[in-house]
Amino acid sequence: MMQSRELTSSLRNLPKCTNRRNQHTVWSLSKPCATSKERVIVMSQQVVFKKNKWLPYILLAPQIVITIVFFFWPAITSLRLALYRTTPFGDRTFFVGSQNFQRLFASPQYQRSLITTLMFSASVTLLGVAISLCIALLLNQAVRGRTVYRTAILWPYGVALPISGILWMFMMHPTFGIVPYFFEGIIDFNFDWILNGNAAMLLVILTAIWTNLGYNVAFFLAGLQAIPKSLQEAALVDGATSLKAIRYITLPLLSPTTFFLLVMNVVYSLFDTFGLIDAVTKGGPGNATEILIYKAYKDGIISLNLGSSAAQSVILMVLATLLTVFQFGFIERKVSY
Amino acid sequence: MVITGCIFTILKEGNLSGGMDYRLPITVTHSHKLDLYCLHKIIRGRVVLVYQDFRIRGGISVRFSSKNLVALVVLTVILAGASVANAKTQIDFWFSLGGQLGETVQQLVTDFNNSQDEFEVVAFFRGAYAESMTAAIAAYRAGNAPHILQVYEVGTQTMLLSGAIYPVYQLMEEQGIEIDWDDFVSAVYAYYTHEGDLYSLPFNSSSPIFFYNRDIFEAAGLDPDRPPQTWQEVEEYSRQIIESGAAHYGFTTGWPAWVQLETMHAWHGLPFASQGNGFDGLDVELLINGEFGMKHMSALARWQEEGIFHYGGRGDSANWIFMNEDAAMMPHSSALIGSMKQSGLNWDAAMLPHWGEPYPMTNTIIGGATLWVLKGHSEEEYRGVAEFLNFVAQPEQQAWWHKQTGYVPITNSAAAILEAEGHFEKEPYQRIAIDQLNYSDPTPDTKGLRLGNFVEIRNVVEEEMENIFAGNKSVEDGLNDAVKRANQLLEEFAEMYQ
Repeated sequence: MMQSRELTSSLRNLPKCTNRRNQHTVWSLSKPCATSKERVIVMSQQVVFKKNKWLPYILLAPQIVITIVFFFWPAITSLRLALYRTTPFGDRTFFVGSQNFQRLFASPQYQRSLITTLMFSASVTLLGVAISLCIALLLNQAVRGRTVYRTAILWPYGVALPISGILWMFMMHPTFGIVPYFFEGIIDFNFDWILNGNAAMLLVILTAIWTNLGYNVAFFLAGLQAIPKSLQEAALVDGATSLKAIRYITLPLLSPTTFFLLVMNVVYSLFDTFGLIDAVTKGGPGNATEILIYKAYKDGIISLNLGSSAAQSVILMVLATLLTVFQFGFIERKVSY
Repeated sequence: MVITGCIFTILKEGNLSGGMDYRLPITVTHSHKLDLYCLHKIIRGRVVLVYQDFRIRGGISVRFSSKNLVALVVLTVILAGASVANAKTQIDFWFSLGGQLGETVQQLVTDFNNSQDEFEVVAFFRGAYAESMTAAIAAYRAGNAPHILQVYEVGTQTMLLSGAIYPVYQLMEEQGIEIDWDDFVSAVYAYYTHEGDLYSLPFNSSSPIFFYNRDIFEAAGLDPDRPPQTWQEVEEYSRQIIESGAAHYGFTTGWPAWVQLETMHAWHGLPFASQGNGFDGLDVELLINGEFGMKHMSALARWQEEGIFHYGGRGDSANWIFMNEDAAMMPHSSALIGSMKQSGLNWDAAMLPHWGEPYPMTNTIIGGATLWVLKGHSEEEYRGVAEFLNFVAQPEQQAWWHKQTGYVPITNSAAAILEAEGHFEKEPYQRIAIDQLNYSDPTPDTKGLRLGNFVEIRNVVEEEMENIFAGNKSVEDGLNDAVKRANQLLEEFAEMYQ
């Protein structure tokens, strides 16, 4: 965050240097355009530990220990547990090999959960990013009270996801919600998310998008401000309409931000939305909103089927790993900077 | 210069032989001195360390060095140890009742602690039933399980076969506490017995009863003193209520699976699952897609479509529909009586409706939770556990518990005390659950449910009920799918314990 803000402020004054802005590790602003003010943020200082060779390792140790205890150890335990079936109290344990996985993939419920997750994730990501982009484009224009709008749009991000789920649940509740109350008598507003699976899905998607809007918009705004105005102006002078300028100038130059946000939103919708589902629908009605992460929790913690839950966690782990590899591989190569 | 700071307000509750205030001057370094002030007070007959602070005296450049801190930590440990040394034997009790019910549990525990001075029961609220059970399992596997754990009825089979429990009947026998098991309400007792012996002590037991709104009945031109007795009447009444515009819907339901399928099967003398509802063996199959299940669910599905019935979600979430006077009737747990009293509605309650001939009218089954004793503690501690459970089962405590919460008293003598006090004349609806449970002697099909993976099975049944009510599946498909999925779970459970 910090980096990008400094970056943005410096780049506004230094349009010629923009082509270097994403070379994180080595970027330093080239001399001719760096004024004394900007020189402060010039980075890439290599610290060398000459005296004490162990010091860097000691400094790193807390982070490494935390990573091992809270990430690697549970991950390895899950891997091991996924190969066993065990009674809740652990008094009987059977090695079953890949049976937990076979049962999962053969189970219609798990297949449904996969599809549900796909729908949920795709909607939250694509809609969320698209809406945020529109809002960011609007907020990037010189309108009166822009700061107020910007602040307002950031607010929802400050609300914890389960809380915003409860907020929306109250607003949309078929019995006492304010939204059905307003629509009553005007149109036949039937949004019974307690029984109707599609309505429930829509509700959690909306809530997930709304809560993450601030985050997305903030990144888009930062990205937009990094795009030199001169390019836009040049296009407009050449006779492009403002829509065309957005299409051919802004969007391509914004693509690193867009891609970053796409990946972040996929991760968000896959893993962070657990609290939302738990607070609002608990996976129901039927299994309509039972996404993978919630199913892993439900099978493990509520139903005490630890083997299956561990197998589901392993699948999620693989998924997360693939996403990361994809992010690093794809973003670095395919997105034009 | 003096630096002061408060370490703890209450460090550790203990049972020292007398109260005291003291100051411990400790030389930390040659120039710095550390004083530790402790203040003990006698609260309710016990000595409690209420205040402790420290001062560091010395030169101006007083800094917290590691030495200071180590000295502090060492001191704290010594003091904590000293206060624990003479403490009462502590019994850990994990429970899952929140809000007003939770306060009632704490009150019960305090009453026990004040009634004797050997044991100290400490009650911890550990979240919802599923969470506290998971936490207790983790604690058990790590070797520090609580002594007493409150487990919901759907966890009974898991607990029973866990190998981690100390059966209550055995505990009482070995501790020489005589309990008249025949005095227990049979529908409650039967649910938690295994081969004739009680394995966990019933704590909070309720049964579904039929709540209705007197104002809506009157507005619809119905007699509020004559609630519906059959499901046919429920339909009739609902039509009249909807047509008169007195409410949007006829009725809704709390706890869909427990009320509409588990209880309804027992109420009509029918099995919910094979093998005597799972009491007689592990090769169990669900029987809810039989003739009765189809009939009842078809009626509900048809009524949902017509607006006579309105599905309001699982657990307690349908309450809003009734509280908001959108629906006139709602079968729900008798434990809801407490909330009903505070609701400001003009409500009343009656026995559950019945389909009539050819089905017999038998008894309802309970829901709620029991207290399980876990293995791995000392003889002395188990003596305390037995004393506490005995205290809970006393008629006076049960009568008090019932009045506070609406859960049914677990012994007949407790009911007799309430009767003698005229409690049921003042609050006749408090009697309904007890009457239903005692309506007939429990048959093998109506004494309770003993299914493995029951938590998941109830979820599965409710999911399929939702699919039926939403119109995603036909009644037949929905029930068949529920049975198929549940049987799979039962089979998986049996595999592990054979």
